[in-house]
Amino acid sequence: MLKIEGLDVSYGAAQVLRGVSLTAQAGQITCLMGRNGAGKTTLMKAIMGLLPPGAGSIALEGTLLSDLPPHEVPKQGVGYIPQGRRLFGELTVAQNIEIGLMTRGGDAALREELLEIFPRLRERLGQRADTLSGGEQQMLATARALALRPKLLLLDEPTEGLQPSMIEVIRQVVLTMRDRGVAVLLVEQRVDAVLDMADRVFVIEMGANRDEMDRATLRADPGRLRAHLGV
Amino acid sequence: MDFGPYLMLAMLEGAVLASVLALMASGLSLVFGVMRVVNVAHGEFYMLGAVMAWAVTSFIGGGPALAFIAAAILAPLLVGGLAAVADMVILKRLNYDPERTIVATIGLLYILQQATLMTYGADARPVVPPFNHRIALPWVEWGEGGLSFYFPWGLSTTSYKLFVIGAAVVLIAALRLFMTRSKAGLIMRATQLDGEMATAFGIPVERVYAAVFGVGAGLAALAGVLIVPIQQAHYLMGGDALLLSFIVVIIGGLGSLAGTIVAAVLIGMSDGIISVFFSPTLAKILATLAVALVLVFRPQGLFGGKGR
Ligand SMILES: Nc1ncnc2c1ncn2[C@@H]1O[C@H](COP(=O)(O)OP(=O)(O)O)[C@@H](O)[C@H]1O
Ligand SMILES: [Mg+2]
Repeated sequence: MLKIEGLDVSYGAAQVLRGVSLTAQAGQITCLMGRNGAGKTTLMKAIMGLLPPGAGSIALEGTLLSDLPPHEVPKQGVGYIPQGRRLFGELTVAQNIEIGLMTRGGDAALREELLEIFPRLRERLGQRADTLSGGEQQMLATARALALRPKLLLLDEPTEGLQPSMIEVIRQVVLTMRDRGVAVLLVEQRVDAVLDMADRVFVIEMGANRDEMDRATLRADPGRLRAHLGV
Repeated sequence: MDFGPYLMLAMLEGAVLASVLALMASGLSLVFGVMRVVNVAHGEFYMLGAVMAWAVTSFIGGGPALAFIAAAILAPLLVGGLAAVADMVILKRLNYDPERTIVATIGLLYILQQATLMTYGADARPVVPPFNHRIALPWVEWGEGGLSFYFPWGLSTTSYKLFVIGAAVVLIAALRLFMTRSKAGLIMRATQLDGEMATAFGIPVERVYAAVFGVGAGLAALAGVLIVPIQQAHYLMGGDALLLSFIVVIIGGLGSLAGTIVAAVLIGMSDGIISVFFSPTLAKILATLAVALVLVFRPQGLFGGKGR
């Protein structure tokens, strides 16, 4: 589904990603781990085309995303839930969802489906996004990304700073998407959550691949993952 | 004329100025709000609107009304198109860098001004208003016989001036509806709020910028079309208009449409009143002083949100 090979990304003169390779399969949860500053968010942005690669390639189902203009990447079915949510704060809940729907021509039925998943958002449709609570904002960021019917869903630390009840809501959404055949790429700091959900884990360190584990390996040797992260 | 009627006359003149200013400054504010570009060439788009109105009305026959309608449609479209092209060939190449775009739009200002001088010439040329009835205005007074109406000599306006005020109100209401209700307006606001996330949801930010720059210039051109039957078209007319627009936009808060309107009314009305009672120079001095005060005590403008 998603295939990244030998990716270099720099901010000006500072190279942050060094030859990173990664794959994510449809109907699987692929977790990306690494310490703070390892380059996880940078990798997510590079997939979205928001940072130009210096070398390497990013392909989705054989289409070279790295050759497309950035605004064409989401139209290929890549949904992005960025770190810190990044909602359109002065727009209403309804308008934020509307922008997600516009990306790939989502209709009223899809909108209805999203509001079924997140009933809290339905009660707040006319409210400005920046007046929502943290959990509600994360729901909205998720709804906005699901509104483009993603084939590939990128989640960058979606549970950061959320209450347990809200974390569970996000977890259920992730599992549902996986079961529907979406390729999920999840950046997550909590090792337990990763051990519970991941079909495959990639660990990066200082912008380079450090380790890769499939589900069986994870189960057999959870200490290996903890060791990389120093926890 | 007594003080009361005289004040009313001054306020009417002020309202005409405020209307034109509100239109023009909304364009400037829109461009800054969405693109973070301070467009120093904005006054030239206003000038081009007036000059094109002259050109269109001189070449199209069929009476002043028809010619004016044609000018009001064609001039903003042509100027807006020109601005969109300028965006794509100049501003886009500068990556919309705030400092470099200021220098670039200064260059654009001189190019447009000198090109107009070379083709249109240095003369001020009039445009015939589509209609221009003189309307005497009544005044009320407490006399011995109670309340009485009369028409003071000299207290009058023209139907065209009233039309300018009405047209500006309608156009600004339409702009507001466009920004808050239409899909294109939603896309522009999303781009304004977070260009990167707009891109991540399929919005072609550079095309939005070209459109916004075009719409902003079109608003200035429309203001130019509206004013030219009152003021004549001249290749240097953009300078004062630009200064007043900046004053309005700074006082109102850059990027805030509501603030821009309120500030335009404030500046337009006080300019009208002070010009009539004292002198136009004093009016400009006070307006500039007001800007200085706002910049010192409330740099985000009267209506600007958080200081960005
Ligand atoms: N906009 C930026 N400009 C320059 N350097 C950046 C920028 N964003 C992130 N970095 C640097 O890139 C590295 C990776 O950051 P990031 O991808 O955010 O890490 P992570 O998400 O894994 O915590 C860090 O060293 C960070 O300081
Ligand atoms: Mg990060």
